[in-house]
Amino acid sequence: MTALIDLKNINKYYADYHALRDVSLEIAQGEFFSLLGPSGCGKTTLLRTIAGFEAPSDGTLHIAGVDMNGVPANARPTNMVFQSYAIFPHLSVSENVGFGLRKSALSASDKMNSVEQALEMVGLDGFGGRAAHALSGGQRQRVALARALILKPKVLLLDEPLSALDKKLREQMQSELRRLQRQVGITFILVTHDQEEALIMSDRVAVMFDGEIAQLADPQTLYKRPVSSKVGDFIGVMNFLPATVDNAQKITLDVAGLGPVTIDPEQAPSGAQTGAAQIGIRPEMMSLLFDGEPDRGQMTHATIKDRAYYGDMTYYDVSIKDVAQPITISMKNIIGRPVLEIGQATRVSWDARSLVLFSD
Amino acid sequence: MKSLRFYAILYLIFLYAPIALLPVFAFNDATIIAFPLTGFTTQWFTELPQIPALIDSVKNSLYIAVITALLSTLLGICASRAAAKYTFPLKKPIMGFIMVPLVLPEIIVAVSLLVILLQLGLSLGAWTVIMGHVLICTPFCIAILNSAFQNLDPSLEEAAIDLGESTWSTFRLITLPLVSPAIISALLISFTISLDEFIIAFFLTGTEPTLPVYLWSQLRFPARIPVVMALGTILVAGSVVLLIIAEIMRRRGLRRAGLKDSGGFL
Amino acid sequence: MLDQVSGVRAPLAGLLNTESKKGLALIGVPFGYVILMLAVPLAAILLISFWTQDFQTFDTTPTLNNYREAVTDPLYRELLFRSIRIAGLVTLVTVLLAFPIAYFISFHVAPSRKSLWLFLITIPFWTSYLIRVFLWKVILGFNGVLNSGLQGIGIIEEPLTFILYNANAVVITLAHAFAPFAILPIFVALEKIDRSLLEASQDLGETKLSTFFRVTLPLAMPGVVAAVLIVFIPTIGDYVTPRLVGGPDGLMIANMIQVQFLRLNNAPMGATLAVIAMLSVSFIALIFVALNHRFLRGPR
Repeated sequence: MTALIDLKNINKYYADYHALRDVSLEIAQGEFFSLLGPSGCGKTTLLRTIAGFEAPSDGTLHIAGVDMNGVPANARPTNMVFQSYAIFPHLSVSENVGFGLRKSALSASDKMNSVEQALEMVGLDGFGGRAAHALSGGQRQRVALARALILKPKVLLLDEPLSALDKKLREQMQSELRRLQRQVGITFILVTHDQEEALIMSDRVAVMFDGEIAQLADPQTLYKRPVSSKVGDFIGVMNFLPATVDNAQKITLDVAGLGPVTIDPEQAPSGAQTGAAQIGIRPEMMSLLFDGEPDRGQMTHATIKDRAYYGDMTYYDVSIKDVAQPITISMKNIIGRPVLEIGQATRVSWDARSLVLFSD
Repeated sequence: MKSLRFYAILYLIFLYAPIALLPVFAFNDATIIAFPLTGFTTQWFTELPQIPALIDSVKNSLYIAVITALLSTLLGICASRAAAKYTFPLKKPIMGFIMVPLVLPEIIVAVSLLVILLQLGLSLGAWTVIMGHVLICTPFCIAILNSAFQNLDPSLEEAAIDLGESTWSTFRLITLPLVSPAIISALLISFTISLDEFIIAFFLTGTEPTLPVYLWSQLRFPARIPVVMALGTILVAGSVVLLIIAEIMRRRGLRRAGLKDSGGFL
Repeated sequence: MLDQVSGVRAPLAGLLNTESKKGLALIGVPFGYVILMLAVPLAAILLISFWTQDFQTFDTTPTLNNYREAVTDPLYRELLFRSIRIAGLVTLVTVLLAFPIAYFISFHVAPSRKSLWLFLITIPFWTSYLIRVFLWKVILGFNGVLNSGLQGIGIIEEPLTFILYNANAVVITLAHAFAPFAILPIFVALEKIDRSLLEASQDLGETKLSTFFRVTLPLAMPGVVAAVLIVFIPTIGDYVTPRLVGGPDGLMIANMIQVQFLRLNNAPMGATLAVIAMLSVSFIALIFVALNHRFLRGPR
């Protein structure tokens, strides 16, 4: 089945600045897709290229099989929720939501019904008569959503829609957006710099750095098998330890602080070469054992350097054996588990299956 | 600080004192403008509509002022929008040059226009005055419209396009309504400036004077002075009313866009 | 950027892409108008200053005679210097009087009331200039409002004569007319001053007065410079005030320019005087800005 959105070899230049470097991408119908990356990585440029507000310098874009070259933004089967929401301040909520219907052939009462339905869908029933400038941030976002969805686009584009909201509201809206997408069934493309957000909401995520896609995968794969240390570091927290690869076929390596270990090929997503490398291991993949707990898995020793209490978790900075740089280990604060003191010597339990090998 | 406030009040009195005299002596029953006041009369006002030359000059001034307001505001919209939305080479010098008439002594403007117009063999009349007035009013319009256009969130226009509108309908449905309070201010301000303007009109008017030029011709006759006071009273009152409307419009525009007041046109 | 027509390769995207073209087309209309109505006439004035006029006909052989005459004839020299003196005095008085008001509104008025004060101050400015000058003539006259009022109250016996038909009257009238011009730029500059700077100064041991001279005033200088220029430049070319209240001793260069053009049929001479006036003003303005340049550098 052909992808709904098909980008091939997209390049974008602003004078000498190469904003998008040979980007190719396919997004399926009904997917919740995210473009994730730090500021300046090109994700918004890519989104605006799909919307039609930027023209690629090179490359092709097809939406539902139709070449978008020469098609202006107002004729594309896409609609966008802008970062500032762009609610028209001089119009009421209904007038905002119904704005795109102006040219449609619907009768006035049909238009009114559509507006009502759209408002219901985003949880703003009864808000039609309100003035646009009297809305809160979260309400404005819902109006922007309703205004875009009422036109039944094939793709909904969202430009950092949650960055202006406070934490609680953001979390609420994350599940709302997910629910909405499943309910409406169309493709959502979300741009964000918040990796938690991308992982929570998306079916697949494209991680971008410097105008290129570094990795395109579902959230689990991104988290467990990042293809480079940069991706691994960007998604969640990752500890890095220097290692030397002794045998590239069997993938045996010697890891500083942890000793010799053999890993599976799938733990080396970018391949293995003999020589210097580094491994990554997530904080929750190691455990600190307390007095009285029996050894389990692979073992090593460490000294507590620092700790931070977060309520549900405690994060410990520990110095493993002879490794200078401390690594972070997180422990759930369950009942009966003591808190370790700074300077205390402990045993660390780990599993070879949780390591990821990076050649960079 | 008490003394500063006192100074400020004194200053305001100093600013308004001359204008305050207008109604005082416009209703005074005497031909000499001096204290003590002699009596109340409205005769100077009732005389006004009976002077044909005066009525003609008022009509002429209104005609010129309306057209000047429309043209300068139009030019101002072009310039402000270009400045707010686009980048193009030499932007700063071009904008600077358009604003130059603000700081040039008006006599230079008047005289140089006169020279060119005479050289071109054009006869002086209402339209030559309009051309000069538009030149000096446009910078004011730009000053007023600039902040309105700059305060527009650019994603508003993009959103309209995204929802299916064309560039022109976007401008009509979204941009213009949001900028309209500033447009009205610009119209009113340039209207007022044109109505009151003397020196350019003095040089560029033909046989039909504008109101200030007519006024000028009357100033040498002592007997006409009370009538001039009456006329002045009406003019000033009218200007003040227009200005209050312009200010209300400006504040309303700010409220609509949800912005804070930075305190005035300039 | 709203580039609606896609598929355009943009290696030259800096100079003349579709965005720039749209912008240039749009600004072209007002810019073209100003070029036509201002640049061309000013160039014409410059040109004419090198010609001579005989009644209605122009002799277009370029000559520096007009300039020679303007520079050597004591009448013109005196007139130019007087204009500069009067404009300078007006600027000094106006800016000095304006600064306390601007300071008052910026520092001692509640934010919600600031625009009201500014509005009140600018209202007189928008009324007819001619009427205002005329009112000053009426106020300052021999039998005028001021004299009759003061005599009536008994403060003076004889009417004051030094207040009308001379340079003093011109200064008073112009200072009144240009007051708002001076207040606004100073106000804007004062508003921009970060208040925590003043608190920091006092925290470091300065008094309120020395804070004003060491911190506030230097930071307000860009506004003061702007105010000086905004008052000085138009004032020097004023026509109406010297004509109505200046008497023979208060006439300024603009009056002579008008006389040359409209009465003596000597447009070249008028043009020459206009050019000299503009050059002098630009020169003085540049010197003034240069002297203050160390205040004008720095963050906005």
